[in-house]
Amino acid sequence: MQVATFLAYLVAAALFIVGIRRLRTPETARSGNTLAAFGMVIALVATFFVTDTEATLGWPLIGGGILIGGVIGAVSAQKVQMTAMPQLVAAFNGVGGGAAALVALSEFYQTEALGGGGETLVQAITVLLSITIGTLSFSGSVIAFSKLQELAFSGSVAFPLQQVVNALLFLGVLLLSANVVTDGALAEAVGLPQLSPLVSVIVILVLALLLGVLLVIPIGGADMPIVISLLNSLTGLAAASSGFVLDNYALIISGTLVGASGTILTRQMSSALGRPLGKIIFAGIAASGGGDDEDDEEREVNDVSAEDIGSYLSEDVNKVVIVPGYGLAVAQAQAPLFELMETLESQGKEVLFGIHPVAGRMPGHMNVLLAEAGVPHEKLYDMEDINPEFEDTDAVIIVGANDVVNPAANDEAKESAISGMPILEVENAERVIFVKRSLSPGFAGVDNPLFYDMDKTMMYFTDAKQGLQDITEAVKNA
Amino acid sequence: METLLAQIAVFVVTAYLGFELISRVPNMLHTPLMSATNAIHGIVLVGAIIALAAGTDAFTTTIGFIAVVFGAANVVGGFWVTNRMLSMFRPPQKRVKKRKD
Repeated sequence: MQVATFLAYLVAAALFIVGIRRLRTPETARSGNTLAAFGMVIALVATFFVTDTEATLGWPLIGGGILIGGVIGAVSAQKVQMTAMPQLVAAFNGVGGGAAALVALSEFYQTEALGGGGETLVQAITVLLSITIGTLSFSGSVIAFSKLQELAFSGSVAFPLQQVVNALLFLGVLLLSANVVTDGALAEAVGLPQLSPLVSVIVILVLALLLGVLLVIPIGGADMPIVISLLNSLTGLAAASSGFVLDNYALIISGTLVGASGTILTRQMSSALGRPLGKIIFAGIAASGGGDDEDDEEREVNDVSAEDIGSYLSEDVNKVVIVPGYGLAVAQAQAPLFELMETLESQGKEVLFGIHPVAGRMPGHMNVLLAEAGVPHEKLYDMEDINPEFEDTDAVIIVGANDVVNPAANDEAKESAISGMPILEVENAERVIFVKRSLSPGFAGVDNPLFYDMDKTMMYFTDAKQGLQDITEAVKNA
Repeated sequence: METLLAQIAVFVVTAYLGFELISRVPNMLHTPLMSATNAIHGIVLVGAIIALAAGTDAFTTTIGFIAVVFGAANVVGGFWVTNRMLSMFRPPQKRVKKRKD
């Protein structure tokens, strides 16, 4: 039976791998997800076959727990708005990390309190890793969720001696871990015999909870995609290390895959923001950007109406690139944007979408939002693919975005908060049209020189949804 | 010791495989990728079931139960929402415009 289960886990892992492989194209992705889900069913069924429980309530509790959790998961997955995907992913990260920590804690408690101790060095280390990483990712995800949902801690919350406190907490986790590994010898040596391994683990759990909160609290706004990716990666590693604890290859393989995925996404996101990961985690962006530029002189902009844009688009333009930012999603303006695309296309114009990797609140978020609105995915271009297209583009329409098209990022000398961030080079197009609520700069708080280019730029100050509807009308009537 | 070495070997090979696999997923599908991998780490549900089944006192039973609920929400919700999202990426109606080669 052990062999059968082992083979079943291997099949499940293989299905996960094939499933991820099929995520390379939108056409095959859905079947990939189904295959992975099938793999999960196999792993679960195999687990049922080898699990014996002596507890009287064992099976009812397991069944009931799966039912409750499954219903909660299904209902939230069915109801969630696509704009709220980052929150949902954060929530699933949180429960996944929490579950990994609890599994390890239970295992540790069994051997330590009920079995009289005697876990091996490797067991102790992997238990500690699972508990620390899992708990940290649980509390970090809770904070990320409440930031994204705008329940609390919105934006960047700074507090004094932040890094010192974090370092002390981390040191505390390390010392207590050493105490657990040495089976309490460390605490006895310094005269704290009451600090048994079990107590140490409980304290580690509390410290890791705090550390998760404090690490995520200062990060806000445009950096959220990084936080989400990083937590994803951590949860994967927590699952993998509980696989070491339970000697379960299904957990090791799956957790490691997720850890690798999260790590890659984190790296891609931080290079898309043009800042090293350490700088994002250890110094919130709002701490540096914004507010320092106090010259309030009114600079002139080319303020236009929907009619101006409509007649320009319908008469002088053949190729249009639309650059959507998170402002579009906030205004729920995806559907009007789709209509504008259809209207322009019905007049024989080419319409493409240029998507910056950090558009939205998590990696790839904007693509999902536009796909939901009905935009065919071949029109969605990544940054590297759209940049060469701007040369022969007649008009770029930028909706609810600023930082990702800000040429200030290229200006090495200017030392702006976003310098080094790769941008969509919209300034290469013939005309640039901003649909924006006001002149206020984006998250990074850096002014955009394009706003003041009277010859190239049209500024249309409005709410994204209403504005796009008005432009569509104007194009139709022009 | 042999168990540990085997585990580490699996870990290293999988990490390498994961990097290879995931580097090839286009930016467009990064959100579904993340929610699908999210569902996959719900495999911790397997561990939670084992832990709950082994639970012998109130404490281990309670945390085992919470872990099972968490894991199940993670698995079911993760695959469900990924499926919902991917159904929005419609098959192309016409393939007139080819991406620049």
